[in-house]
Amino acid sequence: MARVVLVGNLVQLTGGVAQFDLPATSVKHLFALLAERHPALAPHLEEGVAVAIDGQIYQDTLLEPIAPDSEVFVMPQIAGG
Amino acid sequence: MPQTNGNGHAVAQTYVGTRTVRPDGVDKVTGRARFGADFSLPGQLVGRVLRSPHAHARIVAIDTSRAEQLPGVKAVVTRDDFPDQSSEFIPAGEMLINYRDVVRNVLAREKVLYEGHPVAAVAATSVAIAKRALKLIDVQYEVLPHVIDVVEAMRPDAPLLHEDLYTAGVEPKPAKPSNVAKRVEISLGDIEAGFAKADVIVEREFTTQPVHQGYIEPHAAVASVSEDGSTEIWCSTQGHFIVRAHCARLLGLDIGKVRVTASEIGGGFGGKTVVYLEPLAVALSKKAKRPVKMVMSREEVFKASGPTSGAHIKVKMGATKDGRFVAGYAELRYQAGAFQGSPVQPGVMCAYAPYDIENVKVIGYDVVSNRPKVAAYRAPGAPISEFAVESVVDELAKKLEIDPVELRLQNAAREGTKAAYGPKFGPIGLVDTLHAVEKTNQYTTPLGEWQGRGVASGFWFNIGGETCASLTVNEDGTVSLMAGTPDIGGLRASLAMVAADELGVPYEKVRPIIGDTGSLGFNFLTGGSRSCFSGAMAIVEAAKEIKADLCARAAKLWDLKADQVEFKDGHVRATGAGADKHTPMSVADFAKVAGKTGGPIGGYGRINAQGAGPSFGTHLVDLEVDPETGRVTILRYTVAQDAGKAIHPSYVEGQYQGGAAQGIGWALNEEYIYGADGKLQNAGFLDYRMPVASDLPMIDAILVEVPNPRHPYGVRGVGETPIVPPMAAIANAIERATGIRFTDLPISPPKVLKALRERGLNHPKNGS
Amino acid sequence: MAKHHVTATVNGDEVEFLCETEETLLDVLRDTLTLTGSKEGCSSGDCGACSVTLDGRLVCSCLVLGCEVGGRRIETIEGMAKGETLHPLQRKFLEHAALQCGICTPGVLVAARSLLERDPDPSETEVRYWLAGNLCRCTGYDKIIKAVMDTAAELRRR
Repeated sequence: MARVVLVGNLVQLTGGVAQFDLPATSVKHLFALLAERHPALAPHLEEGVAVAIDGQIYQDTLLEPIAPDSEVFVMPQIAGG
Repeated sequence: MPQTNGNGHAVAQTYVGTRTVRPDGVDKVTGRARFGADFSLPGQLVGRVLRSPHAHARIVAIDTSRAEQLPGVKAVVTRDDFPDQSSEFIPAGEMLINYRDVVRNVLAREKVLYEGHPVAAVAATSVAIAKRALKLIDVQYEVLPHVIDVVEAMRPDAPLLHEDLYTAGVEPKPAKPSNVAKRVEISLGDIEAGFAKADVIVEREFTTQPVHQGYIEPHAAVASVSEDGSTEIWCSTQGHFIVRAHCARLLGLDIGKVRVTASEIGGGFGGKTVVYLEPLAVALSKKAKRPVKMVMSREEVFKASGPTSGAHIKVKMGATKDGRFVAGYAELRYQAGAFQGSPVQPGVMCAYAPYDIENVKVIGYDVVSNRPKVAAYRAPGAPISEFAVESVVDELAKKLEIDPVELRLQNAAREGTKAAYGPKFGPIGLVDTLHAVEKTNQYTTPLGEWQGRGVASGFWFNIGGETCASLTVNEDGTVSLMAGTPDIGGLRASLAMVAADELGVPYEKVRPIIGDTGSLGFNFLTGGSRSCFSGAMAIVEAAKEIKADLCARAAKLWDLKADQVEFKDGHVRATGAGADKHTPMSVADFAKVAGKTGGPIGGYGRINAQGAGPSFGTHLVDLEVDPETGRVTILRYTVAQDAGKAIHPSYVEGQYQGGAAQGIGWALNEEYIYGADGKLQNAGFLDYRMPVASDLPMIDAILVEVPNPRHPYGVRGVGETPIVPPMAAIANAIERATGIRFTDLPISPPKVLKALRERGLNHPKNGS
Repeated sequence: MAKHHVTATVNGDEVEFLCETEETLLDVLRDTLTLTGSKEGCSSGDCGACSVTLDGRLVCSCLVLGCEVGGRRIETIEGMAKGETLHPLQRKFLEHAALQCGICTPGVLVAARSLLERDPDPSETEVRYWLAGNLCRCTGYDKIIKAVMDTAAELRRR
């Protein structure tokens, strides 16, 4: 089970639940599992979030695999100037 | 030659890490290089923009008939020429953009929201006629009360900019609209418990003013629309694929029908990641059936292109008496300008990023006000929040009687530290930069009266993103390299060096260009400190394709199996038993027989680069305060920053020095000054005072290299972090020099003098 | 209002042009003579990107009118290299990586050449004050100053 933590405002869409243990195998799968539990999250997940898997931040990568014991953070996207 | 083992990628480095002469350099020192305003098309018209004279007003009516009748005027556009856009957020990095806002920023619809807001545009056969035409456009305004300051704009009775703006991120949703677009928060641990453990607590409030990126080249664009709707745009931009996407969206064009060429760009720093003139030039050209060229004046740049936010910040930090940070709290109120989208979210995430703190809570507010919509500016959001936090860290150091560098070392984020925004850091170089600063001569140089030394650290996440680059081997063995991110300052040199080492060809034989949007797949813009990081990765992929192809050709030529040949040190070689029988062939050797062995040789890297590593930096500044004038003079300045791997050390140093200089300006002089009428009073370089050559000393740049394990060369983006530490470093040094803690930027001479006078300290130095 | 007819010398060549009263020398150089090496950064004489020399004197071409230069000698960035040979300043700027985006570079080079023509041995402070009228936003001036000082040293050795 990957340990998943929501960072920032996303927590408001889950009624305050920030941590999940989910059998997610990829970022796409993770989003599907989260959206199942909290449909209000769905539009925010497809666009506008970054996903950190075991310390490495990924942006716009639906297909990135998630290992069974990964530590995952779903956080606001970043860019720069 | 040193090999790199970053990510298991081993290539002999002849060029990477050396200081080559950039391939685009001769054109730049001879005036031949063409920037945005240097391009013209036959028959082109001059475009000019009519802008709002009011900070806030309803547009009652626009009448362009008199302007349209003026001989020489070929087209006039207003809001009626741009279809309205529904409210839909599109990610554009941390600042999600809403096309409904974008179309209104390009041309006002219901209201004008800042002095300078575009209302109409004309295309005419000469500058004089265009200017006269603007005067003939009649706009009826209903002037409304305006609000400029961020705290003022948050008051419930403040003039309301958008009737449909309800604060997001607040439960329950507010009953009434306001100027607060969003509330964001991150938290870690238990902030109250953290403060309960603290022996020392420091609490402070800070303000910063909007500052402009200050690029010397104003925005410029030429657009030409053909009768079949094919559109060509030449413009100065950090992202020509983004310009294409915006113009296609705003004007209902097929993306494939729009071709954008990025000119050389005279500075961007984030301010040229958005569109201002381009959609207007396209709309005018479409109507006029002729090319249209538009260039902003310096006044327009200041009044109508995004500066960064001004802000109000509260910071409260707690530490134990032996120097352990136990609690970090902050409230950030960032002003977004006329439309929502300040960088408060990354500001919130970066505030405590350099430290290992168990208990953190940072709240941020995105607030609109009657100013130009903010655009990204080098590490957007971070300089503001880290100015405040790093100032408080310095106060803690003073209270605890611990050296400021030692205090930071004690609490520094290291590999495995959990960042305040969630994930654990991989290998990072913050500690190395702190040690580097301690080892400088500057650190122990004796200081005189009215002199002070300050230090501060900073951070930026850095990004990767979609990147395409191609390598083509020409018949004579030279290599054409095409990248898709505009070269802001040395990128072509760096990519050519990587390509040269990858393929084992001389650097002078690699000719890099930046391709237009028709020549490559999508490239995200130059920003986020990504162009060298991602570009080098894409070049490595392109080179891999070439190497694999050449090995396959050699195997067939030599009648060997695929696993009996390899590409090594610039040549394809037979391995094992057959090694001596076959002369190794270089890329140039293959070039001669390309056609006969299958066709032209090339490789195309198309990636969504991931694995960006953060870059930490520490700045050390020595300065002197003149008690008679309040002027602060920088005496010595050192930047130590982690580059992962410096592909071209001179251009990495250049980023450190340039970012530091911008930060020095931000700290000491730069600010937007508004009158009571909501109009900008210093819309020019005389009174918007950026550092000049006589303001600065040499800036020593120390390249720390903690390789990024996720990049084939170990590269970390470096462009943005350098602007994060200077303001706090300077405020800290001024505190040491005067005993006064300045919390309002800029720390300009009038403010310093006033503070000195209030404390009776403004007498001349001894002996003067 | 009829245009002015002006003859002048630009980079050693005689040129002839027509201009409106309000057109600056910068407008004429860029738009009429198509010499776009001099850049427009501010049009108010504050940034130095338009620097040229007029009868040997360093000026901001945005502060000179086109109709004022009749019979006078103008030198722009385009005239700095001699054939294929770069001026030592141009060469040193490349060596020292004294440019990033390059927009200020023409103005800085013209200004620096003007300095070295009148003072072959300037101190760092003198170079900084001479170039204070040339804004650069990319480099922080460090490598620019080093390139100018290094060029001065090389020229003194000749």
